[in-house]
Amino acid sequence: AHPEPPAPQVMAPSEDAERLLIQFKDEAGEPLGSPFDVPIAITPDRLQLVCNALLQKDEPVPLAFYVHDAEIVTSLEKTLAGQALETEKVLDIVYQPQAVFRVRAVTRCTSSLEGHTEAVISVAFSPTGKYLASGSGDTTVRFWDLSTETPQFTAKGHRHWVLSIAWAPDGKKLASGCKNSQIFLWDPATGNQLGRVLAGHSKWITWLCWEPLHINPECRYLASASKDGSIRIWDTLMGRCDKILTGHTQSVTCVKWGGDGLLYSSSQDRTIKVWRSQDGVLCRTLQGHAHWVNTMALSTDYVLRTGAFEPAEASINPQDVSGSLAELKDKAQQRYDQVRGQGPERLVSGSDDFTLFLWKPAEDKKPLERMTGHQALINQVLFSPDTRIIASASFDKSIKLWDGRTGKYITSLRGHVSAVYQIAWSADSRLLVSGSSDSTLKVWDAKTGKLAIDLPGHADEVFATDWSPDGQRVASGGKDKCLRM
Amino acid sequence: QPQNEHIELHRKRHGRRLDYHERLRKKEGREAHERSRKAKKMIGLKAKLYHKQRHAEKIQMKKTIKMHEKRNTKEKNDEKTPKGAVPAYLLDREGQSRAKVLSNMIKQKRKEKAGKWEVPVPKVRAQGETEVLKVIRTGKRKKKAWKRMVTKVCFVGDGFTRKPPKYERFIRPMGLRFKKAHVTHPELKATFCLPILGVKKNPSSPLYTTLGVITKGTVIEVNVSELGLVTQGGKVIWGKYAQVTNNPENDGCINAVLLV
Repeated sequence: AHPEPPAPQVMAPSEDAERLLIQFKDEAGEPLGSPFDVPIAITPDRLQLVCNALLQKDEPVPLAFYVHDAEIVTSLEKTLAGQALETEKVLDIVYQPQAVFRVRAVTRCTSSLEGHTEAVISVAFSPTGKYLASGSGDTTVRFWDLSTETPQFTAKGHRHWVLSIAWAPDGKKLASGCKNSQIFLWDPATGNQLGRVLAGHSKWITWLCWEPLHINPECRYLASASKDGSIRIWDTLMGRCDKILTGHTQSVTCVKWGGDGLLYSSSQDRTIKVWRSQDGVLCRTLQGHAHWVNTMALSTDYVLRTGAFEPAEASINPQDVSGSLAELKDKAQQRYDQVRGQGPERLVSGSDDFTLFLWKPAEDKKPLERMTGHQALINQVLFSPDTRIIASASFDKSIKLWDGRTGKYITSLRGHVSAVYQIAWSADSRLLVSGSSDSTLKVWDAKTGKLAIDLPGHADEVFATDWSPDGQRVASGGKDKCLRM
Repeated sequence: QPQNEHIELHRKRHGRRLDYHERLRKKEGREAHERSRKAKKMIGLKAKLYHKQRHAEKIQMKKTIKMHEKRNTKEKNDEKTPKGAVPAYLLDREGQSRAKVLSNMIKQKRKEKAGKWEVPVPKVRAQGETEVLKVIRTGKRKKKAWKRMVTKVCFVGDGFTRKPPKYERFIRPMGLRFKKAHVTHPELKATFCLPILGVKKNPSSPLYTTLGVITKGTVIEVNVSELGLVTQGGKVIWGKYAQVTNNPENDGCINAVLLV
């Protein structure tokens, strides 16, 4: 039996407590239950009890409550302190379910993995967190065994610096692109090359992105962006180029494969182009930036990266996701729909003109919001895994947090003494790790905006940072040629 | 040997023989043959010396010919990959001022390698008191001579206040007080204007150290927070030693070299 909201009866009115009519609403604006009145001194815990009862779920879910975009931290009264109380009207309280699991902050360096003979340029965990791969200036890609934290395989084949690496969403293949414009595919279980070398670009590869799992569970197609201004879609099974998307007049800095059948590419010619991945036709060109567009992030990035793997179900020993192709596809589709919600995917782009733009590329050519505030170029932007916060790392030594839905500024994270190069979110969206050119990494608490842990130890600039999707480890590599876990 | 330029003069006035150029051409053509005839006929010590010299000459000739040949052909580039690997987002950015970005690794190596107190200017001329301090005569009849004025550049701290003029023995004129120094980083060859924190040691005398007198060879402490250095442990470095390399009283500025 599910009890009706007990709040008004349970609380014994101390003095003549003022009461207020509230209505719970979810993030999309759908009301939950009917309005009822509560004392204004009510705390978030009580609100949580009430809301969980209304939601009628089996297990209570941790929730956060927002009134007029301000979070209720201590009690409703304090949050409304600055605002005029309207006892006549019904107050809307938005509830947001938080991740059930909690990721603890990484506190120490468990090991320093040497092996590369030149600077480590890119680091990536596989979607399940089982494997770790790193690309370096010594032209090799190295695979590391996570349980013993020792080197596992060295993949040789490239003839120039390995600029970007990308895991297939099923975790069974790794693609790496180099400065000689070649792309190699590797098998993480044996360290051998899979298939043929994919050559075709005329200048170096800037970004690689696989097709999402829920569109094709075989993980067959790969998109690559290059300095020569073109994007190529490769068929990894046949080992040849499927489509070439030209249109950009300068180097393409980033390419992202969205979950709705659209491909997004940003370039140094100040535009972002939206293509249909089915036939490679250009749908839209998003203009607005005043200088190179360095980076892009999709709201569904994290769920597209992890595919069918659910971080909440992670175990201490990371395993490969099992199941037939159809099962994996269903699971990935489910997770994608959940994160995407009702509206279309949102895209945020960061540029050399010190601003970010928030777009809804599937709908509109005009940006939703222009986010200014940084004092130097923006190097990386990332949506949090629950898509509520956008983090932007910039060369002005700060990281700024913005609201993921509206683009409003939340807070700045200051602490680094030099340019911040890369950031990574933890799987529960509560923590953020940032690597900078001052050779330190810092873990920040996204809710309070304060520094949680400082991770010094690198001898030189930190070029690449990644947090494993099961939340257990952070890997960082840099100019001092060693990888730290 | 002609003692004067009468040969050249004659040449200028009357020109050369009419067949001069043809004869020169033919003589040069015969030269190879003449040389080979001599080389074949020579015997004894003279031959040995001549052949040795000729051998050396031939080696040089072969080298120059090879160099000329190499210049004309285009060689395939070496397979070695260049150093200085950077990630894709830094590739198109060359203009970042590396002067402000110091390599922590090099600093650590230096510290381990050398003794900590190796300084760039090891020996300086010791400066006597008569040079650094000028006697100031006071009193109604200017007979008292216990006051001294510093004639060199000095540094006084932020919260410096003079002693009452009647009792101060050492006068440090305001015109000779400096707060900033031009500090050069020895590896990067970049110079920064950094505020001075204090005088660590003046090699001439401990008295000058306490007074804050800055002469050539003095070790001063400067505020380097502008450079953004970080230790291995993650702490920000904000003070470092530097050694003065010029005579500030002559130049009007303090030039120093950072001690890494």
